[in-house]
Amino acid sequence: MKVLKYSKLIDSAMDAIADINDGATLMVGGFGLCGIPENLIEALRVKGVKGLTCISNNAGVDDFGLGKLLQTGQIKKMISSYVGENKIFEQQFLSGKLEVELTPQGNLAERIRAGGAGIPAFYTPTGVGTLVAEGKETKIFDGREYVLERALKADFALIKAWRADPQGNLQYNMTAMNFNPMMATAAKVTIAEVEELVGEGEMNPLAIHTPAVYVKRLLLGHNYEKRIEQRTVQARV
Amino acid sequence: MSFKLLSREQLAKRAAAELRPGMYVNLGIGIPTLVANAITPEMNITLQSENGILGMGPFPFAGFERADLINAGKQTVTLLPGASVFSSADSFAMIRGGHIDLTILGAMEVSEKGDIANWMIPGKMVKGMGGAMDLVAGSPNVVVVMQHCAPDGSPKVLKNCKLPLTGKNCVKKIISDRAAMVVTAEGLVVTEIIPGLSFEELQACTEARLLKSPEGIKVLNP
Repeated sequence: MKVLKYSKLIDSAMDAIADINDGATLMVGGFGLCGIPENLIEALRVKGVKGLTCISNNAGVDDFGLGKLLQTGQIKKMISSYVGENKIFEQQFLSGKLEVELTPQGNLAERIRAGGAGIPAFYTPTGVGTLVAEGKETKIFDGREYVLERALKADFALIKAWRADPQGNLQYNMTAMNFNPMMATAAKVTIAEVEELVGEGEMNPLAIHTPAVYVKRLLLGHNYEKRIEQRTVQARV
Repeated sequence: MSFKLLSREQLAKRAAAELRPGMYVNLGIGIPTLVANAITPEMNITLQSENGILGMGPFPFAGFERADLINAGKQTVTLLPGASVFSSADSFAMIRGGHIDLTILGAMEVSEKGDIANWMIPGKMVKGMGGAMDLVAGSPNVVVVMQHCAPDGSPKVLKNCKLPLTGKNCVKKIISDRAAMVVTAEGLVVTEIIPGLSFEELQACTEARLLKSPEGIKVLNP
């Protein structure tokens, strides 16, 4: 009988983040509260590491997602595209406790993608003539102006996927994919937490979203809350 | 005054007239979201949501909400048959690459050159631009839906935007609660005005210089 080896599998969230120390730069997957690494964020809160720089599209809500680490004052800087749903964020930002770099969402996604793909910078039309282009190089291509944006990299990427196989191949579910696949490629150490583990060969190679090479550690997550930020429904007629 | 400003629903209905069969469309938050209500299956419109959906459907019935399936406004949604989901990088590649035919979004200010400001008021808490800067820079057709004047009556259709810009020279058409205007190299050309409002009265509440459409001005009456 063949024994399945999950060599990347880590027993606990605390073990998975054991070497994340004060001042680390983290990429944290998710869009709003959708597709966020709930177990790893909670472990960071329990460990109490401070001075973190978090690259994440949003900052969670007051008591969930990255909002948990804002509550405890563990985040020094956020690189995000939209941070509107968080009162603690607002207080810390206005009092100068929290540094924020706002980046257009598409530039953020591409900066992370570039970081993982070995491209140090790229020209983009997004933000030309606005505050986000101030102080950055611009260049005309084919009669149109573009601004040079730098790639982003991190010490650790904290990823949430739907499921993984023993090699560490990942699949995401629906829009819980969002920033996770790019972030998985752009950090020195990528830690993926998943809802489900499947056996070797059980994943269709054509349907793998993140190939195993990017994933250093795997964690089978527990007690997912998967909170819905805006529950919208339609009436039955 | 003998005119009635368009309601949010009427504005959305007028904006829906910009849709053409087969278009791939991104709708912004607010009034633009209401445009979806005017879409029928026969129109063959595919809605994009920048968090990673092509073929977004309506809100789910109660009990069928899924935390893993939301739109860019973080609302629970559904997928229509033939939909696809993808990463944020793929989503903005299709936006930046000009593959999304039409973007309809709201604005705080627009200029006669097609500049738009809709993300930041200096001195107030800045929430972020989200995907708006990418959408206006990447879409070949940007339509703005907005109030023509601020609540205090001051104009929002300007010679130059006063607020920090979201994008430069990107807006193609402005649909306000008073008029429809096309951005041209010569300036803003008025094509439609609401009943009871004259061109001169419209100009009086607009800072940008307005031009009359050579084809005549139609009644903006959704």
